[in-house]
Amino acid sequence: MDSRKLYLITFLVAVVSCSAAMAEIKLEPRDTRIYNPGELKPVDSAVKVKAGDIAPDFSLPTVAGGKVSLGQFKGKKNVVLSFVPAAWTPVCSQQWPGYNIAKDYFEKNHAVLIGISVDNIPSLFAWTSTMGKLWFPVASDFWPHGAVAEKYGVLRSDGATERALFVIDKQGVLRYADVHDINKMPRLEELVKELEKLPK
Amino acid sequence: MSKFYTLIVMIALLHSSTSGVALSAPPVDVDVQVLAELQFPVPSGAAESKYLGLSGTGSFKLGQIAAETVIVEVFSMYCPICQAAAPAVNEFYDFIEKNPALKGKIKLVGIGIGNTPFEVDVYRKKYNVRFPLVPDDDFRVEKGFAEQVRTPTFVVLKKGKDGKLEAVYTQKGEFKSRDDLLKKLPGQPAAK
Repeated sequence: MDSRKLYLITFLVAVVSCSAAMAEIKLEPRDTRIYNPGELKPVDSAVKVKAGDIAPDFSLPTVAGGKVSLGQFKGKKNVVLSFVPAAWTPVCSQQWPGYNIAKDYFEKNHAVLIGISVDNIPSLFAWTSTMGKLWFPVASDFWPHGAVAEKYGVLRSDGATERALFVIDKQGVLRYADVHDINKMPRLEELVKELEKLPK
Repeated sequence: MSKFYTLIVMIALLHSSTSGVALSAPPVDVDVQVLAELQFPVPSGAAESKYLGLSGTGSFKLGQIAAETVIVEVFSMYCPICQAAAPAVNEFYDFIEKNPALKGKIKLVGIGIGNTPFEVDVYRKKYNVRFPLVPDDDFRVEKGFAEQVRTPTFVVLKKGKDGKLEAVYTQKGEFKSRDDLLKKLPGQPAAK
């Protein structure tokens, strides 16, 4: 076989391989990257805070850089803490995108949202980049592992956190705690209802 | 034919068959009979009810929608892929409504899987969705699919002369432009 024929065959084989590979990439639905752990024990910790308590302060690194603390909002904003169990898992991967389009409801009630997970910053960076541009800080409670989650009593026995929401008023007082069934999405209207109860 | 040209033809055939498979969206296994039996709340907005050809309150089935072709978008307010697709889906709806050959024949309805009425409303307002969206907070629509529904999933339902619905096209995942779906509709002119 002469060299021209050999080049032609090589070229055609390359085209076939490339188009097959590109098609695979194109057709891969984005959410197949989500790891499904199956049905989990709904709650696997004992919450340590209740309505009326001063919410434990913390300072955690964020995906955007810098740190976020509860104390920085004292006297200025109501705060919602959204603990999610783990990056790249079902429910979690949709909960924050949902809050991302509900910014108006937080602003209307003078509230900020802080997302917290025990994943490290690189993992959180990769994961949250699939959610579009988030308007709220995403904080990593990775090290010391789950220390903030432990203060609130939402660290599960496997090192993940509960799916939990805490609403804290401008004075730093906990007004509402929802340690939710980890397998289910907390309803947005329930959170909005609690935000609307906060003193203006 | 020499061995060389036989080889070339085989490679070309392999290429075309690979491309053919690759360019088809992965099908969604949908049970139309189950979907057709599901009941959804009649939208409270008069314009939405009128668009669907429904009257009164209560519930409706997909087969009651007054159209030859019904396109169902299974979405979720919480789904970032649906959020990203929302402007293109709106554009798709607008294109149909502005096209006299399509208007009235093809109608869209969104089913918010796992979404409450409140959550559906948040999505509608955020993206100014102009076609009817209905809630499905207890995931009933999932019964019509063989596997867990990935949002957004589009199901094109054609109504036969006997009124029975038939799924003629399904698509799941990203929706980047109105042409994604428009050119797939059977018997309809492709987008210009």
